[in-house]
Order: sequence, then C-alpha cells, then structure tokens
Amino acid sequence: MSLFRNIVLTAVVAGLLSGVLMTVMQSFSVVPLIIAAETYEHAGSNGAGHSHAAAPTASVPAPTAAEHDHAEEAWSPADGIERFTYTAAANALSAIGFALVAIAIAEALGGFGGWRGGLMFGIAGFLTVSLAPGLGLPPELPGMPVAELGPRQLWWIATAVCTALALGLLAYTRSALLAALAVVLLVAPHIIGAPLPPTHDTAVPIELHARFVNAVYATNLVFWAVLGALSGVIRERFRAGEAISTTSKELAVR
Amino acid sequence: MVTNSAAGAASVSTSKIIPLGMTAILGLFIVGFVGFSHIEAVHNAAHDTRHSLAFPCH
Repeated sequence: MSLFRNIVLTAVVAGLLSGVLMTVMQSFSVVPLIIAAETYEHAGSNGAGHSHAAAPTASVPAPTAAEHDHAEEAWSPADGIERFTYTAAANALSAIGFALVAIAIAEALGGFGGWRGGLMFGIAGFLTVSLAPGLGLPPELPGMPVAELGPRQLWWIATAVCTALALGLLAYTRSALLAALAVVLLVAPHIIGAPLPPTHDTAVPIELHARFVNAVYATNLVFWAVLGALSGVIRERFRAGEAISTTSKELAVR
Repeated sequence: MVTNSAAGAASVSTSKIIPLGMTAILGLFIVGFVGFSHIEAVHNAAHDTRHSLAFPCH
C-alpha cells in the first residue's frame, strides 16, 4: 500500500502546485478570451445556442424558452470570484488526475528517475492530451459551432489513447516494426477524422479564436512541463516504505 | 543471494500491478469526472477548465 499512498501524495502535491500555476496563467490569457466569446455567444445565439454562465447572473428575464431548455434548472457558478474558485478547483483536480495517470504509467515503465524524466513525461502528456486531440478538435470557444458531444468525446479519448500508445512504443521499444505501428497509431485518428460541425458559421471573430488556440496550447505546454518535472522531483522524495521494505528484506537475507 | 534478490525483484514488480492499476483508474476517474461528465452542474462548474484544456465542451 505504501506505493499507492506515495504516488497519491506525489500526485496531490504536484497537481495542486501546477493547478495553481495553470489558474494564474489562465486568468491572464485564456479566461478573458472565453468571457469575450460569451458576449458573442449570447448576442448571436438562438435555438442551438448553449448558455451556461448567463442564467444566474442575468437580471433580465430569460430571453426565450427555446434558447436554453436546461440553463434554468442547472446550477452554475456566478461570475467573478465564485466562477474563479470553481475553475481553480477544477484545474487542480484535473492536474491531480493527470499526475496520477502519468505517475502510474511511469512507475510501470521503470519510474521517472528525477525531474528530467518527469519533464519528458510531461511533454508526452501535452502531446497526448492537448496537441494530438487538438489537431482534429481545435480548442473551442463558447458560441462556436460543434458536432454532437458524444462522438467528439469518443474521438478525443480514442486519439489520446492511440497517441499515448504510439509515444510509449517509440520511447520504449527498439524494433522497426513497432515504430511503424506507432506511426500508424499516431496518424490513424486524423485519417479517420474528428466529428465536424454541420456548419462553421459563428458570431465569434476568427481573430479571437486564433488568439484563444495559441493561448490554450501555450498554457497547456507550460502546465504539463511543470506537472511532469514536479512529479519527477517529488516522486523521488516520497519513497517512504518502499525502499525501506526492500532494504530490510535484503538485511533479513543476510 | 543472487537468486534471492532476483525472486525479490520479480515479486516486487507483480505486487506493483494492483497499486499502479488503482492509481491509474483513480486518475482517469477524476479527469473523466471533471472533463467529460454530462451532468450539467459539473459541466458548468468546470466550464472554463474544460475550454482551457481543450476538452470537448457543450
């Protein structure tokens, strides 16, 4: 159990720290663009429009009943400090979740071996979770047209799994055949193609979206690099119970 | 001595499978809950995070 406890401890510390960093970076780069896009979303939305943040803060009566059939009953955090707090918490939680998966995979493959190995895993995480799915499903602003949620999530998860497997094969095997398989796994999701929206018409300016995509990739790259390197460093510190048990075993043998 | 430590190493790697599997499942569950949940309130709470991590949203 000491291994599980130590990994969870490592993931919580690394995830909290990188989640806080992510929140700070986001509040300067990404979140202002999301809020700017929401003004277009509310201005241009009808029928298909989705609105989350507007419902509780809007003092005016709901525009139309058809606009969002769910927003009336669904809770959402109020703009300002409440919304920021929930975003920070969700960032930290996601970071802890990512760290748990990354450390488990790293340990199964022989461990990080310090900050450098952690950094490599972090960059692999960025490629797997941000860049590869983002090639087919670019980071989207509120108010942009999108395909059905279910198929997009399925494609996203399949692409991340294929990319992770491919990177693992490239890094941990030496056979040319497996390297070829890795390339096939990297490319296949993009040949199959992500689910596309029926139309690309949107009220959100393309310039705003371009800035948003850049900001998302930049913040995620830094976030993953820090998460990986921190996990590598902290994992080395939290080895209580693991090394000692093997040493005592060896002592007992002697 | 050599055989003992070899057996020890093998048993360590098999004993790792369960904790590592539990860790990975816990992590996937957390990411899935924050980023992929269809529950409206969870979605709204994590809305900006979902957009910022380029998760499929809406």
